[in-house]
Amino acid sequence: MKPIHAIAAAAAVAALALSAAATAGTLDDVKARGVLRCVVSTGIPGFAYPDANGVWKGFDIDFCRATAAAVLGDPKKIKEVTATGKTRFTLLNAGEGDVLWRNTTITFSRDVGVKLRFHGVNYYDGQGFMVKKSAGIKSATELDGASICIQTGTTTELNLADYFHSNNMKYEAVTIETNDEARQNYVAGRCDVYTTDASGLAATRSTFANPDDHVILPEIISKEPLGPATRQGDAQWSDIITWVLNATITAEEKGITQANLDDMKNSKDPEVLRLLGVEGNQGKELGLSKDWAYNIIKAVGNYGEIFERNIGVKTPIGLERGLNALWTNGGLQYSPPFR
Amino acid sequence: MAVVTGTGSDTRNPIARLWGNKKARSVIVQIVTMAVVFGVLALLYRNVVVNLAAIGKEFSFDFLNAPSAYDITFSPFIEYNSRSTHLRAAAVGILNTLLVASCGIVLATVMGFIMGVLRLSKNWLVNRTVYCFLEFTRNVPVLLHILFIHGLVVTQLPVPKQAMNFADSFFLTNRGFFFPAPVPEAGFWIVATVFAISVVFVIAFGRWAKKVQDETGRTYPVFWISTGAIVAATAVAFLAAGMPLSWEAPALKGFNFKGGVAIKPEFIALWLALSYYTSCFIAEIVRAGILAVSYGQTEAAYAVGLRPNRTLQLIIIPQALRVIVPPLASQYLNLTKNSSLAIAIGYMDVVATIGGISLMQTGKEMETMMIVMLTYLVFSLIIAGFMNWYNKKMALVER
Repeated sequence: MKPIHAIAAAAAVAALALSAAATAGTLDDVKARGVLRCVVSTGIPGFAYPDANGVWKGFDIDFCRATAAAVLGDPKKIKEVTATGKTRFTLLNAGEGDVLWRNTTITFSRDVGVKLRFHGVNYYDGQGFMVKKSAGIKSATELDGASICIQTGTTTELNLADYFHSNNMKYEAVTIETNDEARQNYVAGRCDVYTTDASGLAATRSTFANPDDHVILPEIISKEPLGPATRQGDAQWSDIITWVLNATITAEEKGITQANLDDMKNSKDPEVLRLLGVEGNQGKELGLSKDWAYNIIKAVGNYGEIFERNIGVKTPIGLERGLNALWTNGGLQYSPPFR
Repeated sequence: MAVVTGTGSDTRNPIARLWGNKKARSVIVQIVTMAVVFGVLALLYRNVVVNLAAIGKEFSFDFLNAPSAYDITFSPFIEYNSRSTHLRAAAVGILNTLLVASCGIVLATVMGFIMGVLRLSKNWLVNRTVYCFLEFTRNVPVLLHILFIHGLVVTQLPVPKQAMNFADSFFLTNRGFFFPAPVPEAGFWIVATVFAISVVFVIAFGRWAKKVQDETGRTYPVFWISTGAIVAATAVAFLAAGMPLSWEAPALKGFNFKGGVAIKPEFIALWLALSYYTSCFIAEIVRAGILAVSYGQTEAAYAVGLRPNRTLQLIIIPQALRVIVPPLASQYLNLTKNSSLAIAIGYMDVVATIGGISLMQTGKEMETMMIVMLTYLVFSLIIAGFMNWYNKKMALVER
């Protein structure tokens, strides 16, 4: 058997010696491929869902399209890599997706332990509870002993454990793989309570036959800053995602909309001119074209437009801007300057 | 012209000559195969190392000692809460997998044997009904069966407030089946001890009866005597000790039933679906096993005066088992591995706990998946080992 060992050892060494294919930056990969792959959820109305024609729509999808518009100049060149709460980071880290726009809460352990990079907050959220109106519950403090449906692999189940532990209450956790299955269990009465981020509750409630039969309790038990993520170790790509998000917010701050975009090119505000690529070469410094931000706004509009179109008060989801209003309107959305 | 003969005349190059040699060729092929296998393994290993290094992750099992921070409600064997460690969460998952796998194996075997025999029934209706059930069940993926049963339980059974109530002690709801829990009181150990002693006695009696039969041919109704002895002895002890056992009935308090024992719908659905699905394969194996015993064996048994019952018991089944046991083992393995579909309905098995939530919360994909794979490997090896031992025991002993 000795010769075989020797050969095996040689083969092993040879394999180890083979250098990895030089990994180009994500930007180069995306440009070479001509398609941006976004990790998105398996379907949350308003945030990421396929419409009747199979075209993906939603808040997160629009940000994915904004990224594609910035990088490739075409918002249609995206591929949705659907992921459950459990598989999303593995897919991203394994290189199956280029960026994750999938209402994902920024946490320490995800940033540091899971080795992701987060690039700001595109939705300030918090975990809430939904119960059937007929149950007559008014507050989350009345939930002792309840059965609660949750989606696995989320911060939700950790917040829930902490909340009930610190309030000295008990509950039965019914932990299910997908949002859809969890929702069905709630509807069937397997659970008294359905819990997820407040935005998700509103989105889910909008899909019920009688949304008014369900109430969302007033307590918000956690901070859920949702934002885009990328793999660690690609500074250029991280910068791009960060500034794609900032561009949409700055556009709203400066009043740039899909409609007045071309007029704004004649603005007297130097920051607007820098943003739209009329002046300076910020696009080039990012490794993108001069008109990257122009393309974003042309494709999906500013932050406010993205919000109102997908989840705003005029949509079935019906979410108020709340914390997601611009800082000038009492919210938290605030972009560092384009300078 | 001289005629040249012999091997010395082979003018091909040495490698071609080596290839021509059958023995050398087989060695070369083996060496190349091994090299390829090890090469691929090395490549995979290297890939892991490089990729983990690239995203700055280290390979470590330290996270197992950190608090898990999530709750698992279904933990019938060990204490667990959100302050427990990931290791404990893994243990809960492993035990839950073990529970559903062992319950599933028992039920699948019983159902499989019954259906296998019914499939051979001379009654056309029985035979065809079982046949249709088998074909339908076997040809639908097991995940659908699990979702189907879970859907039935959750949507068709009433909510706790309208629970089906049996004598105020047994309740059937879509949150589970609740029944009274036995609570041993002082003196219960007497009953337990008497029970243990009676079991030992019965085993000894069985051996003695077999010895008597071997020597003299006299038979005793061992089964009935054994059962009777255990039941009678335990019952007498129970009464003598003043019935040291009370029952804690479940009662509806707030949202759910409290007290008593609860069998959760997730467990029921997974257990039933895995069992009846696997039992269909077992039924076919049992049928094949029985048919494999030639009818001549039955005729021979009748000829020496054995009654039909004894024929089945002593002649047919032992021979059929030799055919049944090896494929049965692989069905048991399938059932165990299929139990990993549990997360689809929220049963917290090893894939859902350490391989699911812990994986997500810590980002330790490699480590958690290795634990999960190791768990299934160990379970499978145990089952395979046991079935091999049993198969050897049943195998034909040549004299």
